[in-house]
Amino acid sequence: MADNTQQERVGVYVCHCGSNIAGVVDVQSVARFAAEDLKGRGVVVARDYTFMCSVTGQELIEQDIREQGLTRVVVAACSPHLHEGTFRGACGRAGLNPYLAEMASIREHVAWVHTDKAVATAKAKAIVNGAVERVLRNEPLEAIRVPIEAGTLVVGGGIAGLQTALEIAEAGYPVHLVEREPSIGGHMAQFDKTFPTLDCAACILTPKMAAAGSHPHIQLHTWSEVEKVEGYVGNYTVTVKKKPRYVLEDVCTGCGICIEKCPVLVVDEAHDAGIGYRKAIYTPFAQAVPNIPVLDPDTCTYYVGGKGGCRACEKFCPTEPNSIVFDQQEERITLRVGNIVLATGWDLFDARRIHQYGYGRLANVFTNLELERMCNAAGPTGGKVVLRDGQTAPARVGIVHCVGSRDRNYNNWCSSICCMQSVKLAHLVKERTGAEVFNFYIDMRTPAKDYDEFYQRVLDEGVHFIRGKVAEVSDVPRGPDEQGPLFVQVEDTLAGLQRRIPVDMVVLSAGLEPRRDSKAVGKTFGIACSTNGWFIEKHAKLDPIATMTEGVFVAGCAQGPKDIPASVAQGAAAAARVLSYIRQGELALEPVRASVNEAQCSGCRLCNGLCPFNAISFIEERRVTEINAALCQGCGTCVAACPAGAISGSGFSNEQLLAQIEGLLLDVARVPEPA
Amino acid sequence: MSESAFEPVIIGFTCNWCSYRAADLAGTSRIKYPPNVRLIRVMCSGRIDPTFVLKALADGADGVMIAGCHPGECHYLEQNYKALRRHRLLQRTLAQFGIEPERVRLTWASAAEGARFAEEVGAMVDEVKKLGPLNWPTRPVPQSEAAAEVAP
Ligand code: FES
Repeated sequence: MADNTQQERVGVYVCHCGSNIAGVVDVQSVARFAAEDLKGRGVVVARDYTFMCSVTGQELIEQDIREQGLTRVVVAACSPHLHEGTFRGACGRAGLNPYLAEMASIREHVAWVHTDKAVATAKAKAIVNGAVERVLRNEPLEAIRVPIEAGTLVVGGGIAGLQTALEIAEAGYPVHLVEREPSIGGHMAQFDKTFPTLDCAACILTPKMAAAGSHPHIQLHTWSEVEKVEGYVGNYTVTVKKKPRYVLEDVCTGCGICIEKCPVLVVDEAHDAGIGYRKAIYTPFAQAVPNIPVLDPDTCTYYVGGKGGCRACEKFCPTEPNSIVFDQQEERITLRVGNIVLATGWDLFDARRIHQYGYGRLANVFTNLELERMCNAAGPTGGKVVLRDGQTAPARVGIVHCVGSRDRNYNNWCSSICCMQSVKLAHLVKERTGAEVFNFYIDMRTPAKDYDEFYQRVLDEGVHFIRGKVAEVSDVPRGPDEQGPLFVQVEDTLAGLQRRIPVDMVVLSAGLEPRRDSKAVGKTFGIACSTNGWFIEKHAKLDPIATMTEGVFVAGCAQGPKDIPASVAQGAAAAARVLSYIRQGELALEPVRASVNEAQCSGCRLCNGLCPFNAISFIEERRVTEINAALCQGCGTCVAACPAGAISGSGFSNEQLLAQIEGLLLDVARVPEPA
Repeated sequence: MSESAFEPVIIGFTCNWCSYRAADLAGTSRIKYPPNVRLIRVMCSGRIDPTFVLKALADGADGVMIAGCHPGECHYLEQNYKALRRHRLLQRTLAQFGIEPERVRLTWASAAEGARFAEEVGAMVDEVKKLGPLNWPTRPVPQSEAAAEVAP
């Protein structure tokens, strides 16, 4: 390889990371190797230090750059995903182009995954050598600066998304809030009381919904879904599909006469969790925002039955022009935004999957959401807790925790809210019916503020807590004297015996699951899901708000199960991050881009079909290919494909990568045979 | 060299968005895997020029592992399919050179799959151990074998 690397002066810094690296890798030996064996490759200083990322560690580098005239820096430490920015910053401060620094990952890829010290040290040396060879071929680069659009897209109008939207709008920037249901509000709108304070969910949620609905900076797109996202941080173009409401949004006054007159009654599977009814034209609940009905073409007689329908809604609609439009079509709108916040929420675990608990088979087995609707004064039973017959109050109620959660057969995770939700429901049932309540739990998890106090209070109220995983809910008595009608079979692990508790009603505290389509949604936005289906945050501890895709943030349960305060906090945090981007006005992007050397391009057009971003075009007059730097995302596929070597990829050039390969193989390099 | 004493050296190409992060996660989760793989980060598996693989083999590696995002999950939409095609072609070329195609393994690991990444490394190392050292370019290629590999 042509060597124009002779005049470079390289500094190598080996981090102990406390004992994280030094416990497995002989860091001194690695530093010595760099200092002595790589002297011929331009290494002029090599040091090891406890924490390179600390201020002193960084100053060490800065000082060497200034005093020893370093022209290249290698830091052997953790993954570049953690501290590349840190060390580039140090170089920049000392006047060295930040892209002349490289990291060698000897923590994640060596110390943490290997145990044999000698082997780990040898591997660390090879990696350092690879990084030195590579950095010698690095070119000084300038970050690409892109302007940030001031608008933000928030996906999901539950409590997390609402919080984000309101915070950004309050700061004076435009927000597009997209919600797939007819109204914003999310799951919280279904609840009655919230733990541990027992304030009414609607009382604290609806003011926020109303504020979002009327905010001059928030544009609601309900009954809509994001279909396509193009672009990159600061410059996203989003296509939103507006499903037909069959009602003119800007004419309808929300008077509700159409709903009143509609003769079709349908089971409400969405808002009322299957235990209430709605009309064929409906708003999901009274405080819906926007207060505009949707017509359900699957049940409206205009569409089904083939007789032209009753058209009662149209007849009685008082607006001019008539708000009902039976042939309304799907619409697509395009939004330009700089940042995106995904607050798409969760789905309830389908309790039918646990057959032995009887949900869907035994009438008086309910889900927590059904009970939640029953407790709600605006719900289908007007706040009364009753059996499936709609009138009898239960005298004995069993509440089963962890249904579908912490269970290898279903979901491994703890849904984090079920314990508190079950305790709250126990309280509400007792308060409303005076019933004897039994809670069956595996472990009580009441970690947040005032949670355990609430649990103590409900214990004092006389709710029984039985520790054990329920084996079965059955309606078959074991003998003539057994009085059910339902029996909860459980091993009481504290008393050390099997118990069979007769009850009238069983409530299954079903867990939280990722949205069924979370993988597809993640793909639309270019972010990844964990194997379980929750969106992956940028860093589990230090950045639970951003994602791997710049300009896309997550909030609420879409990122993992959490309660309302945590969702609100994360929603607000996402807003703060977005605002910080907006206020910066522009952002620096990694200057990893492909470019064509026209003199070398033979015009073969091999690369032309490879770019999914349409960055590559062929210039007919000059018979050469050109790459649009603004569209190029830097994947490097065209660089790898060019047979003439005419395309180069900054940051990941052929020279850099080939040199790194050679460097990594230093200890096994084959000596060419004499000819 | 006896088979048990043979410790192959493998170059692993990982993409910035999924497989490199899977390797990071294996680290953070302290999952142990054999130390024979040395990683190179590229932005995408589509960046991997077959020349890199040949270079690694020629320079002393006994095998090359290419790891990208799962099909359909490439950060650049579909470039890992291009890596897949190149890998197929490359394996045929290698066979014609008399090199066992299994020495170049293509695999996928998402950013959440640290354990899978570690398993894949383990499997790759086992495979190459079975094949033995590459010893390229001095490796003798039996004529009949080479001819058989070329036949379609
Ligand atoms: S980014 Fe991972 S394969 Fe393309």
